[in-house]
Amino acid sequence: MAVLTIRNLHVAVEGKEILKGVDLEVKGGEIHAIMGPNGTGKSTLASAIMGHPKYEVTEGSVTLDGQDVLEMEVDERARAGLFLAMQYPSEISGVTNADFLRAAINARLGEGNEISLMKFIRKLDEKMAFLEMNPDMAHRYLNEGFSGGEKKRNEILQLMMLEPKIAILDEIDSGLDIDALKIVAKGVNEMRSSEFGCLIITHYQRLLNYITPDYVHVMMQGRIVKSGGPELAQRLEAEGYDWIKKELGIEDETVGQEA
Amino acid sequence: MATETKIPFDETYIRTFSSGRGEPGWLTARRLEALRLAERLPLPKPEKTKIDKWNFTEFARHTVDSAPYDGLDDLPEAVKALIEAGEGTKNLYVQRNHTPAYVSLSDELKEKGVIFTDIFTAAREHGDLLKNYLMTAVKPDEHRLAALHAALLNGGVFVYVPKNVEIETPLQAVYIQDEDDIALFNHVIIVAEDNSRVVFVENYISASREGKAVVNVAAEVFAQANASVFFAAVDHLAKGTTTYVNRRGIAGRDGRIEWALGLMNDGNTVSENITRLVGDGSFGDTKTVAVSRGEQVQNFTTSVVHYGRHTEGYILKHGVVRDSATSIFNGIGKIEHGASKSNADQESRVLMLSEKARGDANPILLIDEDDVMAGHAASVGRVDPIQLYYLMSRGIPRRDAERLIIHGFLAPVVEAIPLEGVKNQLIEVIERKVQS
Repeated sequence: MAVLTIRNLHVAVEGKEILKGVDLEVKGGEIHAIMGPNGTGKSTLASAIMGHPKYEVTEGSVTLDGQDVLEMEVDERARAGLFLAMQYPSEISGVTNADFLRAAINARLGEGNEISLMKFIRKLDEKMAFLEMNPDMAHRYLNEGFSGGEKKRNEILQLMMLEPKIAILDEIDSGLDIDALKIVAKGVNEMRSSEFGCLIITHYQRLLNYITPDYVHVMMQGRIVKSGGPELAQRLEAEGYDWIKKELGIEDETVGQEA
Repeated sequence: MATETKIPFDETYIRTFSSGRGEPGWLTARRLEALRLAERLPLPKPEKTKIDKWNFTEFARHTVDSAPYDGLDDLPEAVKALIEAGEGTKNLYVQRNHTPAYVSLSDELKEKGVIFTDIFTAAREHGDLLKNYLMTAVKPDEHRLAALHAALLNGGVFVYVPKNVEIETPLQAVYIQDEDDIALFNHVIIVAEDNSRVVFVENYISASREGKAVVNVAAEVFAQANASVFFAAVDHLAKGTTTYVNRRGIAGRDGRIEWALGLMNDGNTVSENITRLVGDGSFGDTKTVAVSRGEQVQNFTTSVVHYGRHTEGYILKHGVVRDSATSIFNGIGKIEHGASKSNADQESRVLMLSEKARGDANPILLIDEDDVMAGHAASVGRVDPIQLYYLMSRGIPRRDAERLIIHGFLAPVVEAIPLEGVKNQLIEVIERKVQS
């Protein structure tokens, strides 16, 4: 069973500290949700774990099954079992979705163990049908000209094709209508198993109506300030964040200038 | 600046050469006139590249007689890889140095009046037709290289598609150089009469990667009323070869000319590609991709000139530059007075893969008419670190991620190549040029 362990994580962007000591453990079989208003460091946490070039870890550790994630290149992190569904996926012109996915799968399997074309196509067709995606999208250039909803669905397609141990979903629900949201949730629920851990970053409780988390954390000022079970998300939906700020004596919950 | 230059071949040589090939008198006369021009005209001045030290005139042999190939099985492997057995081989022209070494045209197309033959046979057998087109889109009096080309023309192919004839399968030409220290003045003419349609694919290849040669070649494409010409080319000449290539098209009323050019030479190269949209409603689309490496200097100028009303012209140029190579990309959209309701659009992007590489994208719009649309985008930069991060975050190693991005960047031409063999060769050449 995979374990992602984050200890006292401090992260800076362009010299400005955004995360100020995050502690979190995500195990296989668990779904965690990190909630919080905009600008509190949620997406920074996701990007720093994956190794985005702009984010600098200044203190603390991240390990996956005891291995030091921060020492790894981005691609090594992915091959070790991490996945990040991005808030703003890149568009890569001239590279088809299918070619990209096959390259990604083969990178995991290693030379000599490549997936057969037939097996790949079968799996791709199956997952695309599950996510109610137009089969054309396999042959379109990666994310190029995709609508916001199509991009998010494509991130979940990658998740299902790559089958990571631990996935982080960074605001996978933003900009989605209710039907698309249900499909994205369906994809994540399909992945649920004792082998799969997930960290969902969101500021809407709505997604959690379709994916029931085991743990809910609230982030403010670059730290996790409160943790609880699914009932915490419901209280946030009903009452907002003010009660937490009051309880903790926080006036401005934001940190740095996160978008 | 003195423009006098020593031309290595004189009038006597040209007369002997021309009569030896049984050329009609008009062609000999044109050659001689061009020779005189070559002696006094200056070199062309490609924007931002100095070519006055380049070797365009020194070579040991103007013409070599090579053995023709006995049949398809006798073709060199490099040529075999480009052609598709079956349908494709029915309409194929292979030129070995200066010798038409394999020529075939299907009976069906012959019956329809299609001509697909080497330029010398065309001069002998279809002289009156050829005369109307030869050196009319590229004129000998433009500059020294055009004049030299006209004087010393020593290879090429003539394609003529009569009115209302639509050719489904592409016509293919392959020019292979397997001799050193020679010069190639290849000339390609494509005439598509009213309402006709043709796809033409050509490859320039060198048998050795070091091969020393001077290449000064031209293509003239004429798409008459409502005709459509798709012209794909992959140039892959050796490091020791200096190239001047001039590809031009003239589109008549509602005519269409589309270019897909993979410019993969390893030597210094000036490539010029001009499409003149003369007829109302004509359409021109130019896609160019190029890779420069080593110490190579290359200059790529693409121009679409609008004369007719309601004309549309598109230019796309994507270049990769590595090592200490230099690549200049000039894109010119020109709308003449009277070409109202026309649209000129261009995109030039250069990807730099090393510190010492030099690249330049110069988009130019020249507009002499009010009622038009025009747009351009240009960029010079490195592989986007965020795109790399995205691909790597899926487990793809940095090197492979870069490779994917570069291939994707050059895909607009690769995807447009209508023959699988040529497309695969282009992919392989890109792979080698980018990686090795």
